Amino acid sequence: MIQVDERLLERIAKDKDFNAQACFNCGTCSALCPMGLGLLPRELFRYVLLGARDRLRELSDVIFSCLLCRLCEANCPRGVRITHNIRTLRSYLVKDEYRIL
Amino acid sequence: MNTASFKEDYKKDILALLAQNLGLRGSVLPLPSRYFTSWAKGLGLHRGGEVVLYTGHMYQLVPVIRLMEEQAKELAPEKRARLARLARWINPVVNVSAFSRFMVSAAARSRYERCLQNIVLLLRLTGLEPGYLYGVEKYAGALAFDLGLDGPFGRHAARVARRLKDKGVKEIITVDPHTTEVFKNVYPKVVPGFDIRVRSYLEVLAEANIEVRLPWEEKFVFHDSCVYARYLGLIDEPRRLLEAAGVKVLEPDQSRELTHCCGGPVESLFPERAEEVARARMEQLTSLGRRIITACPICWLNLERVRDPRVEVFDISEILAAAFLGKI
Ligand code: SF4
Ligand code: SF4
Repeated sequence: MIQVDERLLERIAKDKDFNAQACFNCGTCSALCPMGLGLLPRELFRYVLLGARDRLRELSDVIFSCLLCRLCEANCPRGVRITHNIRTLRSYLVKDEYRIL
Repeated sequence: MNTASFKEDYKKDILALLAQNLGLRGSVLPLPSRYFTSWAKGLGLHRGGEVVLYTGHMYQLVPVIRLMEEQAKELAPEKRARLARLARWINPVVNVSAFSRFMVSAAARSRYERCLQNIVLLLRLTGLEPGYLYGVEKYAGALAFDLGLDGPFGRHAARVARRLKDKGVKEIITVDPHTTEVFKNVYPKVVPGFDIRVRSYLEVLAEANIEVRLPWEEKFVFHDSCVYARYLGLIDEPRRLLEAAGVKVLEPDQSRELTHCCGGPVESLFPERAEEVARARMEQLTSLGRRIITACPICWLNLERVRDPRVEVFDISEILAAAFLGKI
C-alpha cells in the first residue's frame, strides 16, 4: 500500500517548475540515459505526484545516481524539466529524510 | 549491518560530511588556502579589482580527488562506509580532508597549476588584466547544489556573494563549467540582488581574435562537457578557438548538444558507476583517435583515470597555450 505524504505533495505543489505532469511516458529519456536509469524520470515522478514518500525513500539510490547531464531533457518531447525535478527530490530527501538542514 | 542499510548510511554520511565542510570551512573539500592560491605565484596578478579571474578551486582539487579515489579504491565498500561514518563524527573537530594534502606531490599538482597560469597568460593576450582574490576566493558550491543540500548551499552562496560585493567585484571570469553555471544561473535565484557578470574564459578568448603563433596542424578528438553544452550553450566557442589554433577537431557521434557525460557528477556517491560511464565515453572518443581534449577539469579527471596508456587526455588550455603563447 502506498503511504501518502502531504508534506511531499505540498512541497511539489509549491514548486512551479516541477512539471512532471507533462510527461506522457514515451520512454525517450530512459533509452538515452548513460546511467541506464530506466526508472527515471517516468515512474519516479508518478510516485511523487501520488505523494508516495516510502517509495522515494526506497528509490533514493536512483535519485542520487542521476548525473544531471540533461541528455534526457534535451530530447524530451514534452519539455519535462527532468534535472530540476530530480534536484527537487534530492532536496526533499536531504531535508525531510536525512535531516540535513 | 545488511548491504542496503550500510549503503544508505554511506550516502547520508557523505552528504552530511559535504554539508559540514561547506558550513564550517567554506568548501566541500577544504584545504589550507595557500594550497589553492600557490599557482598564482610570480604571475603578478593584482589583488581583487572589478574584473577577477575565479578559479572556483576546481583545477586545484583534481590531484587531491585523484589521490583520495586511489586510496578509497583499496578499501572494501563496508570499510569505506565505516570510514565515512567516522569522518562525519570527527570532522567538526579535526579537518579530515586536510590530511590528504600532504600526500599530493608537487609534480602531480604542477600540470593543473600550469593550466591556470596559462589561462591568465591567454587572457592577457586579449588585453585584459584580471585581478585575483587569492585566499578570499571560495569554492562556489556546485556539488552541494547538485546534491540537494539546499540549506548549506544557500548559506554558502550568500557568504560568497557578500565577499564578492565587499571586494567591489563586478565581473568574474570563470575557468570551468560547474563554477560558471552555478554563478551564472543559480546564484541569481538564491541570492537576492546578485548581479555580477559571469563569463567563461573560453567566451572571452573566442571573442578576441588572438593571433596564433605555433599552429598545431593536427587532429584531436573533442569531448564536450554536459554543463558547457547543455546548461550554458557554450558549444561553438571551444571549437572556434581550437580551429584558430590549427587543430582539426574530430567529433564523436555524441557531441555538441548530444554529448555523453564523463560520469564525474556521481563520483562522490557512486564511484564505481562513475567509472563505468567514463569507460563508455572513452570508448566513443577513442574510436576516432588517441588524443582527446576536454574543457572541464572534472571531465579531464574522469577520462584520465580510465585512460589506456596509449591514449592522451589534454585540457583545452594546454592546447591553446601551446598554439597562442607558442610554448610547449
Ligand atoms: S522523455 Fe519526457 S515525456 Fe518521455 S518519458 Fe521521459 S520525461 Fe516523459
Ligand atoms: S540527466 Fe539523469 S536521468 Fe537524464 S540522462 Fe542524465 S543521468 Fe540519465
